[in-house]
Amino acid sequence: MNPPSDFQPACPAPLQGGRVTLAHGGGGRLMHNLVREVFAAAFNSSADHDGAVTQVPAGRIATTTDGYVVRPMFFPGGDIGSLAVHGTLNDLAMCGARPLCLSAAFIIEEGTEIEVLRRIARSMAAAAQSGGAAITTGDTKVVERDSGDGVYITTAGVGLCEHNLEIHPRSIREGDVLLLSGDIGRHGMAVMGARENLSFESSLQSDSQCLWPAVRSLLEAGIDVHCLRDLTRGGLATALAEFARTAGVEIELEEEAVPVLPAVRAACEFLGLDPLYVANEGRFVAVVPPRQAQAALIALRRTPEAEGAVVAGTVRAQRPGQVSLRTRMGTLRNLPMLSGEQLPRIC
Amino acid sequence: MKYIDEYRDPQAVLSCAAAIREAVSQPWTIMEVCGGQTHAIVKYGLDELLPPQITLIHGPGCPVCVTDAAILDKAHQIAARPEVIFCTFGDMLRVPGTRTDLFQVKAAGADVRVVYSPLEAVEIAALSPGREVVFFAVGFETTAPANAMSAHQARQRGLTNFSLLVSHVLVPPAIEAILRSPGSRVQAFLAAGHVCAIMGTREYEPLANRYKVPIVVTGFEPLDIMQGVLMCVRQLESGRHEVENQYARAVRSEGNRQAQDLISRVFSVQPRHWRGMGSIEASGFGLSDQFRAFDALERFGPLETPGRESGECISGLIMQGLKKPADCPAFGLRCTPETPLGATMVSNEGACSAYYRYRT
Repeated sequence: MNPPSDFQPACPAPLQGGRVTLAHGGGGRLMHNLVREVFAAAFNSSADHDGAVTQVPAGRIATTTDGYVVRPMFFPGGDIGSLAVHGTLNDLAMCGARPLCLSAAFIIEEGTEIEVLRRIARSMAAAAQSGGAAITTGDTKVVERDSGDGVYITTAGVGLCEHNLEIHPRSIREGDVLLLSGDIGRHGMAVMGARENLSFESSLQSDSQCLWPAVRSLLEAGIDVHCLRDLTRGGLATALAEFARTAGVEIELEEEAVPVLPAVRAACEFLGLDPLYVANEGRFVAVVPPRQAQAALIALRRTPEAEGAVVAGTVRAQRPGQVSLRTRMGTLRNLPMLSGEQLPRIC
Repeated sequence: MKYIDEYRDPQAVLSCAAAIREAVSQPWTIMEVCGGQTHAIVKYGLDELLPPQITLIHGPGCPVCVTDAAILDKAHQIAARPEVIFCTFGDMLRVPGTRTDLFQVKAAGADVRVVYSPLEAVEIAALSPGREVVFFAVGFETTAPANAMSAHQARQRGLTNFSLLVSHVLVPPAIEAILRSPGSRVQAFLAAGHVCAIMGTREYEPLANRYKVPIVVTGFEPLDIMQGVLMCVRQLESGRHEVENQYARAVRSEGNRQAQDLISRVFSVQPRHWRGMGSIEASGFGLSDQFRAFDALERFGPLETPGRESGECISGLIMQGLKKPADCPAFGLRCTPETPLGATMVSNEGACSAYYRYRT
C-alpha cells in the first residue's frame, strides 16, 4: 500500500493535549518530539546535542545544582518550573555570580498531561529570562505511574563572578550588619494554603523570584559584601543558624525589624507555625560591613526585588555559633535550628 | 490582628510587669497549667520580666506529653495495618512509644496522614470505602468538641469504616493530683483559657475552696500571662483564693453549652493513665456506650502494648512542677528533639522542648 502523499514519518504529532506515557521515555521518536516541541521550543534552545558550549570570559565561575519537588505543582505566585529556575539562579546570585546558563532534568510520572509540561516549560523560560540566563541543555526521564509525584525537576547553573569579593560565611566579621531583603514567610504559607486539605483561604502569593538584580545592585554600588544567603527551607532562622555555625560568630536578630505580612502572620497563628522558620523563595540576607550598611540598604531598595529591605540584625562575638533573638519585649532568647520540619500543633 | 497585637504590645507587658513588682511582698510559686502558656513564657522571656520573688513552674497541660506510652504503642500497631489510614495531628508524629514513633511507622509503609481537623478524617473515610480510617483523638477538653463531632458526623453519614483511638484527658483532675502530691509547691494556678472556653470556670471553684488556692483562667499571649500572674499575686498577697477570669474575651463562666452537650453524648468520663504521672481517677474521656461502635480499640483489639517509657526520663516530675528541664541529667545530651526520651522533648507544647528551643 502506498502512503498518502503528505505522510511524514518523523512527525506522529501525538502531543496535542494527551498525556505522557512510558513510551515518551523510551529514547525513540516520541521522546524526541516531547523534548523538541515542549522543552526546546520554550527554552529557545537546540535539542540536537546532549551538551551545550558557551563562551565565557576569563575569571571565576560559580556552579550550583538543586532538585525540586513541590505539591501542588502550581501555586499562587509560581509553579515548580519557576521555582526550579529561581532557586538555581538565586544560588548563583548568592555567590555574587551573574547567571549565565542552566541545565534542567525532568523526572516525569507516566500520565502527566502534556499541557502541564508546556505550562511548566513556559514558566521556566520566563524565569530564566528574568535572570538574564539561558536554559541550554536538559534531560527527560519517564517513570511509571505512582513512582513519582507528577514532575520532579533538577536544575544546575553556571554563573560568572565579575568581582574579587569572597562572598562566603567565613568572610563574616564581628560588627557586620545583617540586611533582610523584604517580608518573610510568603512562599511557605502560599504553598500550604494551596494544599487542598487546608481549609483556610488567603490571597497570599509566593515570593518566588530571581534575586540577581538585587545582588547586582549591591555589587554595582561598590558594597564590600561579606556574605549572602537566600532564605529557602527552614526560613530566616535556619539561614542565620547556618551562618553563626559556619562563621563561628553570634548573630543577634531584632524581632521588631523583621517584616511579616499580616496574612502570613494570621496563617501562621492559625497553624501554630513560626514565620521565622517558614520557607521563602525570593528573599535573602546580606551581611555587610557596618560603615556600608546604609549604602547597601539604599542599593537594595532601588530594586523591585528588595524594595522592602531592612536592617535586621548584627554580628557579635559573645556566643559563637548561636543566634539570639531580641524579642519585642526586649528580652533575649535563643533562635535555634529546628530538628525537622515544623509540625502544626493540636490546639 | 485584633486580639493578638494588643496582647503582644511590649509597653503593656512591661507596665504589667511593673504592677507585679509593686504588688509582690514575698516569694510565691505559680503554675501555668497549659503547655501553650509555657511556650509563650519561654519564647517571649516573660519569666525574665518578673520580680525574683515569683517562680513560675510548668504544668501538665500538654496533651501530647501526657498521652500514655501504651496508647502510642496501640496507635503504632493500628497504623501499621495495611487496611488502615491513620489520621493524626502533626504533633503526635515524633512522640516515642516503647519501640517506635509514627514517623518511623509511616516510613515503613503505613498510611499515616496529618490532618488539621478530625472532620477531615471523616471526609477521608467517606472517600475511602474499602479502607479503615482511624483518627487519633488526643487532647484536653479543648479538642474534645471537634473530636466528638467527628464521631457524631460519621454516625449520621452511616460511615462504618471510621473509628477513633481516644486518649482524652481533663484538666481539673490533674490540678487536684498536683495539689495532693506531697512535694507540691504550687500556691496558685494559671488555668488554661481554651479549656475553659469549652467547659466554663465553675468546675474550678471546688478546687479553689478545698485547697485554698487562687485559680486564674488565663489566655496565651504575653499580656494575658502577665495579667494572670498579677491577678494571682494580688489574691495571694491579700489571702484570697478565688476563681478569676483573665481571659474574659473568650471564656464565660458557663462555657460553651452546645459543645458540652455534644461531648456528653459522645464521651463519658473514665479513668486515664497519664504518661509520667500514673493513673488518675475520672481524668479522661472515652467513647460513651452509645458510640462504642466507633472505638478503634474495640475494632482492632486486643493489642499487645508494653507501654514502657524510658527509665531516665523525668517528664512526670517536670509536669508536676517538681523539677525543671535543666534538672534532668539527660537534657540536651542523651535527650534532644532528634533522640527524645520522652514526649516533653518533642511536643510543640512540651516544657523540655521549650527550654531546648529557646534557652540552650
